[in-house]
Amino acid sequence: MTANIRYKSRIPVKTEDSTEEKQYVGFATLPNQVHRKSVKKGFDFTLMVAGESGMGKSTLVNSLFLTDLYKDRKLLNAEERINQTVEIIKHTVDIEEKGVKLKLTIVDTPGFGDAVNNNECWKPITDYIDQQFEQYFRDESGLNRKNIQDNRVHCCLYFIPPFGHGLRPVDVEFMKALHEKVNIIPLIAKADCLTPNEIKKLKDRIREEIDKFGIKVYQFPECDSDEDEEFKQLDKELKECTPFAVIGSNTVVEARGQRVRGRLYPWGIVEVENQSHCDFVKLRNMLIRSHMHDLKDVTCDVHYENYRAQCIQEMTSKLAQDNRMESPIPILPLSTPDVETEKLIKMKDEEVWRIIFRRPQNQTQEE
Amino acid sequence: LASTSQFSANEEKRNLSLGGHVGFDSLPDQLVSKSVTQGFCFNILCVGETGIGKSTLMNTLFNTMFENEEASHYQNGVYLRPRTYDLQESSVHLKLTIVDTVGFGDQINKDESYKPIVDYIDTQFENYLQEELKIKRSLFNYHDTRIHICLYFIAPTGHSLKSLDLVTMKKLDSKVNIIPIIAKADTISKSELHKFKIKIMSELVSNGVQIYQFPTDDEAVSEINSSMNAHLPFAVVGSVEEVKVGNKTVRARQYPWGVVQVENESHCDFVKLREMLIRVNMEDLREQTHARHYELYRRCKLEEMGFKDTDSDCQPISLQETYEAKRKEFLGDLQRKEEEMRQMFVNKVKETEAELKEKEKELHDKFEHLKRIHQEEKRKVEEKRRDLEEELNTFNRRKMAAETQSLSQPLKKDKDKKK
Repeated sequence: MTANIRYKSRIPVKTEDSTEEKQYVGFATLPNQVHRKSVKKGFDFTLMVAGESGMGKSTLVNSLFLTDLYKDRKLLNAEERINQTVEIIKHTVDIEEKGVKLKLTIVDTPGFGDAVNNNECWKPITDYIDQQFEQYFRDESGLNRKNIQDNRVHCCLYFIPPFGHGLRPVDVEFMKALHEKVNIIPLIAKADCLTPNEIKKLKDRIREEIDKFGIKVYQFPECDSDEDEEFKQLDKELKECTPFAVIGSNTVVEARGQRVRGRLYPWGIVEVENQSHCDFVKLRNMLIRSHMHDLKDVTCDVHYENYRAQCIQEMTSKLAQDNRMESPIPILPLSTPDVETEKLIKMKDEEVWRIIFRRPQNQTQEE
Repeated sequence: LASTSQFSANEEKRNLSLGGHVGFDSLPDQLVSKSVTQGFCFNILCVGETGIGKSTLMNTLFNTMFENEEASHYQNGVYLRPRTYDLQESSVHLKLTIVDTVGFGDQINKDESYKPIVDYIDTQFENYLQEELKIKRSLFNYHDTRIHICLYFIAPTGHSLKSLDLVTMKKLDSKVNIIPIIAKADTISKSELHKFKIKIMSELVSNGVQIYQFPTDDEAVSEINSSMNAHLPFAVVGSVEEVKVGNKTVRARQYPWGVVQVENESHCDFVKLREMLIRVNMEDLREQTHARHYELYRRCKLEEMGFKDTDSDCQPISLQETYEAKRKEFLGDLQRKEEEMRQMFVNKVKETEAELKEKEKELHDKFEHLKRIHQEEKRKVEEKRRDLEEELNTFNRRKMAAETQSLSQPLKKDKDKKK
């Protein structure tokens, strides 16, 4: 798999040439050192799944991580769901593969979109995400930072029903409420009820609507220009394939002489890992094999930083209002521009505009 | 009249044997030929979320492409869209009305979603009732728009009914025949389907939702009907596209992993639905709608209006008496309201008059006041004028006096000057 090749060690092979040896310093082994230390430290990842009941979320999670996270869970009846509120349930498991340990947390959101009146049903979810950010913020600003637990949500898989013609109002509202707090990856659930044409139509429609409503879903980072062509091609295909149309399965069936995860129908067998049947493999590769760390990075560098900046700004403006000198969290004194300074800036702005363009700032060219 | 009813109650029915072929066994045929000439009408209501396959299923059932644009998910509320088509098969004419629920299931708050549906059904009943109550009525000509069957489309989640489904079906079950169907059933595997059907039916039963039962009292169809009852809800797949399978071309959906054939009974229950809905029980559905649901509506409506079959002494009241009583009451009400309004009007007029009088008085007072001031001013001016005149006179006198005096004086002065 090209994804694995990418992370292979890049140490240049030492040649017999003695001149090469003299010039070789050795910090090219850094990637290897990073690799070794990270294996020792272990990784953690928090994945949130959201969508209406019956979209196959649990089945997909089981298929992704090849395990059964949801033994003996109790599903509610329709009657019980009429007035249901959204709960947040965390499952944490430790899994290991080839010496690499992963502490995986799946955050479930049962009840989302299931009640008759779903006004603001995403609020418990946004509150949860904010809480994790706040917790991390406190920990990060504390005095003893040895054992910080990172419970921030790194990725949210949002399951869109395949039965409609595109996004529904609840889908749009949910994604808009969360797109600046977490990486959203929209998925088309239960894709085995769509023919290839229908899938293409639906994907185009959803991409269009995501643009139209200004929803910022997770964007794959651009390839480095020094990547090989094959990788770039794969990357391009990946990007054009979103949103991924997925199928999950808890059962193993016999297909074409092999035992695979799939769904058995009277008219054929759907194989979860068959790329011509669905995009499950693409999702798994992207989520786990190539972009897991990027998801964490974006969460840390973008979503968390936004939260932190906003938090601090609120705090300092509140402090200024209350005329307090000390703040509960060690932060650099942010100079919040006061009214006077702002007026001054505005005045100078207008002056400059007048001088350069020889007309007042709000006048247009044609006037 | 009372005497004849007494007689027929006592007389017993006797069975007679016929001496030959009379011929009234052609009665059903006469009935059939009459109804064929008249034509039939059938009204289907499809309830289900946007995109669940209502239009496709209708196209598949009736083997026609009814015109339809894709609905959007962003309707503010639910609205019902009826469309009427004239179909013909052999020599039988069918006036088919398909009513779509546009926007169902799309809103974030679905508390009111059932209302437009219930209102529509009630309106059709109301229209029929109005026609029935008319003095000059033409029921044989009337285009019956009452809904004969509601197909409720359940999303194939595989778990259970959605909360909206339960709430809506409860509101509809006493007004219309409901047949629940599982839509887009090609996403559920056989074992999941079995569990899903059981769960749905048990949820319906435990919540007291009455769905339509295929009738088992008619010997000719009781067997097939009762076996079909056990297959509810029907798991259907709809398609108007044709795919070549073997050496035949059938309606199907083509997937990379196989072809789902609509009319293959091991693939889905489409054939069962068609059989039950159209080929066996269509007439029964119409009957049930008229004899059960419509009668219930009519009874409730008339009771609301105050009609009763028996009065407080349990004596049968005729409709005429009730009409009279109602009419009197109504007229009495009308009169009372008129009186009230008139009284209110009179009061208002009085009030306004009083106000006007007040204002008039005020104005008058003001006028008087101003007049007085004016008089005062005038008098003052007069006085001043008199004073001025007097001064003027005094001045003139003095002036004349001074002039006459100076006339005798200047001779001296001139003389002095000449000297």
